[in-house]
Amino acid sequence: MSATTTAPDRGGSLTVGVRQRRFEPGVVAAIVYREWRVFRRVWFSTAFGSIVEPIVFFVGFGFGFGALISEVAGLSYLEFMATGTIAIGIMFSALFPGLINGYSRRTERHLYDGQLAAPVTVAEIVAGESLWNGLRVSVVAMVTVGVAFAFGVRMGPGVVFIPLIAIISGFGLCATGAAFAAKLRSWHGVDIVVGGLIAPMFVVAGTFFPLDGLPRFAELFGRVNPLYHCVELLRAAAFGGYGLWQVLGHLGAVLLFNLLAWLVAVRFVRQALID
Amino acid sequence: MSILPAIRLASVVKRFGDLTAVDHLDLEVPRGSCFGLLGPNGAGKSTTMRMLTGQAEADEGIVEVLGHRLPGASRHARAVSGVVPQVDNLDDELTVEENLAVTARLQRIPRERRQEAIARGLRIARLSERAEAATRSLSGGMRRRLLIARGLVHAPELVLLDEPTVGLDPQVRQQLWSTIAEIQAEGATVLMSTHYIEEAERLCDEVAVMHLGRVVAQGPPATLIASHVGREVLEVDGAPPTLARVEHEARSAGLRTRRSGTSVAVLDAEQLDGQAWAQGERRKPTLEDVFVVLTGEELA
Ligand SMILES: Nc1ncnc2c1ncn2[C@@H]1O[C@H](COP(=O)(O)OP(=O)(O)OP(=O)(O)O)[C@@H](O)[C@H]1O
Ligand SMILES: [Mg+2]
Repeated sequence: MSATTTAPDRGGSLTVGVRQRRFEPGVVAAIVYREWRVFRRVWFSTAFGSIVEPIVFFVGFGFGFGALISEVAGLSYLEFMATGTIAIGIMFSALFPGLINGYSRRTERHLYDGQLAAPVTVAEIVAGESLWNGLRVSVVAMVTVGVAFAFGVRMGPGVVFIPLIAIISGFGLCATGAAFAAKLRSWHGVDIVVGGLIAPMFVVAGTFFPLDGLPRFAELFGRVNPLYHCVELLRAAAFGGYGLWQVLGHLGAVLLFNLLAWLVAVRFVRQALID
Repeated sequence: MSILPAIRLASVVKRFGDLTAVDHLDLEVPRGSCFGLLGPNGAGKSTTMRMLTGQAEADEGIVEVLGHRLPGASRHARAVSGVVPQVDNLDDELTVEENLAVTARLQRIPRERRQEAIARGLRIARLSERAEAATRSLSGGMRRRLLIARGLVHAPELVLLDEPTVGLDPQVRQQLWSTIAEIQAEGATVLMSTHYIEEAERLCDEVAVMHLGRVVAQGPPATLIASHVGREVLEVDGAPPTLARVEHEARSAGLRTRRSGTSVAVLDAEQLDGQAWAQGERRKPTLEDVFVVLTGEELA
């Protein structure tokens, strides 16, 4: 670094003395603040979706399959699929915004270009948007818990951990969406992501039926699917019956996935935004 | 200390695939000055600006902003710079005030000074009455004003304006000129690109004419004019055959000409014999004449 990095600051500047480290939590907070301001005006869509979607699942899967299957992995089918429904809600409400916003904000609205002209890094933007979506899906998850209750599902006191599980899982899923968004060249690419990523993640996760009965390759895919670890954590929280090491294993898997998703997203988004 | 230039580019190269957008560019912008970047479409002005915020990274050469070497220290550079981009990137999901408030937070202006910053932005944008309005409800000119104000909320030491007055009506353009004069009076350095040569002539202490990624001429507007197009220009109107004849005669007298639409301009016209060249109108040369002579292109 050159010897003259401290430029004489002009008295009037409002950012004199503001710290500029590699990663500033204050910037992440500013990104979350921006999302919150927008959310205050559009919350109804989120609320509507998060109430209606689980009702559809409960009526369709719960009563449809529930009539055929009495018990799965020690839970009633309704209990089993209730936690699956929470996980699906987490995935859809985190991955889609990561993907759709990631693409439109980069290409059509040039939002990130504006943000990056300030002392802001791609790592902070991805972290902020992922954290926000984690917070948002924690509410979605609790709404689903309420719907499950209305359908007769009784969860234990561990239910208080569900928002936390949702925040953590939502973060990584949003970052995953952002990573794919950075590689999209047009809206048509969304079809590839939906067919090639979202569909298998959604189905092969032990959400509506257990992984055990699947062909070997599908089962293996399921075990690296973060949604599988998410739904296992949800079951542990809601109904117990899991050992400490099992829980830590699933938690570790989700956190590891988050770290990878964030790092990859930062790399891809950076490549897409910085010439 | 203050001999350090606000911006220093040394032999900077930026390529996009086979295309060299910026080609061994050397540029020094003195502190406190207003510096103009002129050049035809595709000359590399925006690419140069983006390299000053780390949004484009040079393939070769040195980029320094207020003593901070980029791209490594781009975060420090951006903290003291204010950017008004060529492409409108206001946040359409927010209100006018929220656009400024979010920027103030991204800049991490201390909490107790945020209101002051937002008020400053609203004043510069002249949108205090529309603070609560949805950004998407603004007219094109209002959007521009907000875009400019957003780049200035934190009272930056260096202001980068990429074609800031495109699409503004004459009155608003003049308001912007006084804003630029004000921020310069506050001690800030201004780097602006523009296609309105009059604007550069009026505001800038110094201009650089860019062409194909290089600076082809640089200096105070008056000096550039004197050294490139002389003291007088003869402007002749007429039909194409007349213009062709004038061009031919001027060139045989060793003078350069410039054709634009229905007229031809003869440069260095003070060297012409007043008797033989009674036709047309004599006028003072402008920076625009310099521009055309140097780049061979008319302005869009
Ligand atoms: N991201 C990019 N990818 C590929 N080529 C680019 C990119 N950005 C700019 N270019 C090319 O680099 C050259 C310089 O572009 P630049 O935008 O810097 O010109 P400019 O002087 O700002 O022009 P204008 O007056 O039209 O705004 C152009 O040929 C342009 O096509
Ligand atoms: Mg440009």
